[in-house]
Amino acid sequence: MFVSLNWLKQYVNIDNITPEELAERITRSGIEVEGIERIAPESTNVVVGYVESCEQHPNADKLNLCQINVGTETYQIICGAPNIAQGQKIAAALPGARLPGGMKIKKAKLRGVESNGMVCSLQELGIDEKFVPKEFAEGIFVFPEDTEVGTPVAELLNLDDVILELGLTPNRADAMSMLGVAYEVAAILNKEVNLPDEAYPTSDSKAADFVQVKVEDGELNPYYGAYVIENVKIAPSPLWMRNYLIAAGIRPINNVVDITNYVLLVYGQPLHAFDYDKVATKEIIVRTANEGETMQTLDDQERTLKGDELVITNGKEPIALAGVMGGANSEVSNQTTTVLLEAAYFDSRAIRRSSKHHNLRSEASSRYEKGIDPNRVKKAGAYAARLLAEYAGGTVAEGVVEFDELDRQEKKVELDTTSVNARLGTAISDEEIASILTRLQFHFEQTNSQFTVSIPTRRGDISLFEDMLEEIARIYGYDNIPYTLPEGEAFAGKLTTKQYLKRQLKQYLQGAGLMETITYSLTSKARTEMLVSPEVKEQSVHAVALKMPMSEEHSHLRISLLPELVDTLSYNVARKQDNLGYFEFGRVFLSEEEQTTEQPTETARLAGAITGMWMEQPWQQEKKPVDFYVVKGIVEGIFAQLDLEPAFQQAQVDGYHPGRTATVSHNGRAVGVVGQLHPTVQKAYDLKETYVFDLDAAYLMDQYKEEPSFRTVPRHPSVTRDIALVVDETAHAGDIQRTIKESGGELVQQVQIFDVYQGEHMETGKKSIAYTVLYQDPTRTLTDEEVEASYNSIMEAVKAVHGAELRS
Amino acid sequence: MREKLEALQAEAIEKVQQADNLQSLQDVRVAYLGKKGPITEVLRGMGKLSPEERPVIGELANKVREAIATALDNKKNLLEEAALNEQLQKEAIDVTLPGRPVKTGGPHLLTSIIEEVEDLFLGMGFEIKEGPEVETDYFNFEALNLPQDHPARDMQDTFYITDHLLLRTQTSPVQARTMREYNGDKAIKMICPGIVYRRDSDDATHSHQFTQIEGLLIDKNVRMSDLKGVLLEFSRKLFGADREIRLRPSFFPFTEPSVEVDVTCKVCDGKGCNVCKHTGWIEILGAGMVHSNVLRMSGYDPEEYSGFAFGMGVERIAMLKYGVDDIRHFYTNDVRFLSQYHKA
Ligand SMILES: [Zn+2]
Repeated sequence: MFVSLNWLKQYVNIDNITPEELAERITRSGIEVEGIERIAPESTNVVVGYVESCEQHPNADKLNLCQINVGTETYQIICGAPNIAQGQKIAAALPGARLPGGMKIKKAKLRGVESNGMVCSLQELGIDEKFVPKEFAEGIFVFPEDTEVGTPVAELLNLDDVILELGLTPNRADAMSMLGVAYEVAAILNKEVNLPDEAYPTSDSKAADFVQVKVEDGELNPYYGAYVIENVKIAPSPLWMRNYLIAAGIRPINNVVDITNYVLLVYGQPLHAFDYDKVATKEIIVRTANEGETMQTLDDQERTLKGDELVITNGKEPIALAGVMGGANSEVSNQTTTVLLEAAYFDSRAIRRSSKHHNLRSEASSRYEKGIDPNRVKKAGAYAARLLAEYAGGTVAEGVVEFDELDRQEKKVELDTTSVNARLGTAISDEEIASILTRLQFHFEQTNSQFTVSIPTRRGDISLFEDMLEEIARIYGYDNIPYTLPEGEAFAGKLTTKQYLKRQLKQYLQGAGLMETITYSLTSKARTEMLVSPEVKEQSVHAVALKMPMSEEHSHLRISLLPELVDTLSYNVARKQDNLGYFEFGRVFLSEEEQTTEQPTETARLAGAITGMWMEQPWQQEKKPVDFYVVKGIVEGIFAQLDLEPAFQQAQVDGYHPGRTATVSHNGRAVGVVGQLHPTVQKAYDLKETYVFDLDAAYLMDQYKEEPSFRTVPRHPSVTRDIALVVDETAHAGDIQRTIKESGGELVQQVQIFDVYQGEHMETGKKSIAYTVLYQDPTRTLTDEEVEASYNSIMEAVKAVHGAELRS
Repeated sequence: MREKLEALQAEAIEKVQQADNLQSLQDVRVAYLGKKGPITEVLRGMGKLSPEERPVIGELANKVREAIATALDNKKNLLEEAALNEQLQKEAIDVTLPGRPVKTGGPHLLTSIIEEVEDLFLGMGFEIKEGPEVETDYFNFEALNLPQDHPARDMQDTFYITDHLLLRTQTSPVQARTMREYNGDKAIKMICPGIVYRRDSDDATHSHQFTQIEGLLIDKNVRMSDLKGVLLEFSRKLFGADREIRLRPSFFPFTEPSVEVDVTCKVCDGKGCNVCKHTGWIEILGAGMVHSNVLRMSGYDPEEYSGFAFGMGVERIAMLKYGVDDIRHFYTNDVRFLSQYHKA
């Protein structure tokens, strides 16, 4: 909402406050002033001049030599505008004048002839081109004949005005009118509001002879008032009215349309002017549209109605989309002589629906949608009739043809000083509350500290105690509320185990050299089909689709973190960052269907991706690219953080290198995958060898046992035995390790691999793996016999299960 | 004999001094103190001496032997030290060459801010709650006093999945869920950080995905002044001890009164600069007293309980605190951006 301060002055006294101070006061007490704009702050020494004569310049075809009378003196000015003519009243910038944009006017010689000033166009005076009437668009502006010569132009064209731009929250629909803003400013400054006089003269005609009004649904349209104004002469509206419309950001059109817009801005009440002769049927019927019915709106759009819009009809066809926009078939034109003026109250939800359906927002619909004041409908209609009589030569027929089921009752809210103070933490007195209510111009009855407040219908946002609480607080001033701390029981907060673990895991990964990333949850459908962990895929899940995505790139919710994470690597590699280690701890969204009506399962996953050199020390010529075991080590570390034991199983997984990938499981349950990206995937992302992991973090964190029981510190020495085995080169070291552990008995505490060898001195197709077995019993020293017995059963088992031989 | 011994001592000590390595020193030791050495020889010839002389010469011979041994030991220590020094000299390296880098990663800037805010509120006795990102219309809007057709729904453009399922536009549904969980008869002190979504085209200041932290305190006798107190404490801990805050009236459907909260600009100390658009203040969060409809819908009796809620955009806080100029940086994950905010 743009508020012209010159206009506002008509309704409330703001003489003793600067625009900046006023803006600050308004912002601090309820409505944000988003901007303070001056129309043309620099137009000085520009006055109305009378063109006494206008002849062609002796040395130039396209220039005119004019004598301009400005009252006290006559100036010779050369003007190049094509539309200048003798007898006009024009804007003359005299020597010493400054124009917007910094132009200074000086005496000058043009083609040998002296010129003492400049005749200005509206654009040169700082008025936005879009508001300049067509006839003056290519030349100078011509004032009405009765304009007084010598008057400063700034005054006439409202160039000295200051415009406040209000950022209105949806509850403050009352401030979508000059009167609403006047009430607000009056409350803040403790002033009176001067209301316009709506009385108008009537003719001998009777409105009821011209038209009948029928409303089908009194819920959707509780009030409809039709005024008839005859003998209208379409012409430009008065300059001051045009100025105010321009200040409010509305393009002036003609007196009739401008008056409806002007009144809309004063009262916040939308009005519509029909050309009575075009309505043709002497009948207005307000009804719900028929499905498939068509009409052309004033913006020249053909609209097919959906069937739940409210339309104004002439009994045959729609002549307006109610509360949103008029129809082209009944539009006021230069030939219009009789105007049918509509002042109506439409249900906000109905207007909201049709405006949304047709994606059509207008000054009218934006006010109806948020709710208008039922007590201003008739006032606005009357005021418009008055202005049509005054500025369009109209004669107003007697009476208003109405449908009226409108509730105009004021709501009552009960208030007491104790509750106000208890909720705000203040010590406001009864008198202060009474004074605030008076400033707001809310009527009330008071018994000591008990108030019954009648809420003016212009404030449709107020209906409850806390609404009044806000009114009191904002006028009292939030700065005047003290700082206190809550009186409730105080205790220290604590992270839950999972919140703690999440932080712990992130810290571990950072310590391990990975950088945390956060990527978008919305991704493309194609990406939801990539790099999905096998145990997720097995559940035959789908990525949830948005109903109306903004782009294909962000149309589905992710079911894996990896596609975006790998894309992030790709983005960085493209920017010459070759060595990267990233992880993300985030949610995926698992659903049984793509189009789902159920909330998907949201579950935390932990994924990482590493590419390039893992370790580098240039001057020592050390370079170690990331490999499978780096990433596997990180995954093992994640399990260690949670006191869990992972198991790895070689696997074929879509998108992964078939020989360098393992599924990860815990206690027999699949929980993720670790491995190298398939070379084709790497190529698609423009990546070199890249290793990733992807784990079901939610499940793993669930397995964490909060209080690990105390483990006795061993007091007795341990015994180690090394076992070097020769096996087939395809044998898996981990499998053998498991066999050793399982067959060695309870005394085996740990089995570690310390050497893997293949090559010289080795039979082809064979390799050697060496293990260290650690034996321990915390309660006693072990005997050689027990260790020997265990060793023997291990050897038997590995021979039987893996065909292993002792390496000689 | 006495003279002979004294001469031997002088001679041996001179040889010790002359020895310049451990081997020649060992040779001296063998030559003078060995079984075939001159001192042993002297002692062997003691039988020829008179009984009076015998103990005297014996004592002298031992003294000479000890003196030589001490000289040998001292010299040996010296030589060993020299040898070690020489060895260490050879082991010298160029300490100006660069060290072996220790590779560490770091947290995302948003995580750092979230954890900082979490820790501040944990310290004030708040707990941390989470909730689903795919929400029902009910919890995202209706339970927060935003019925169907409410004009304020336009404030937030929503990604819908079905007519009743959507991507949450705010973390407030977690508040509604928590209130329900607490059954209307317990005090609540919680914050809920989380990802939210709006139908916005991504540009320098808009992102279709962003992060919020909201807080809720419900108890008997909660006052607006408590909200001011808690937010002042929070702002000072997050932005600096000398910060001030101010409240401006605003509108949120789930609070009444509703306010926007500004903190004094740290760039200009409240004097006015480009960052704060010459106002001296920077908006950091929205807040208000929980609307009675919200309390009632979630099972709390507004006659008995009252509360306040507040919410902030984490990206905005990060942008203010660290001067980040484009919200897209948080989601592009350019390593050159990420690594600016930790020591790697
Ligand atoms: Zn500043």
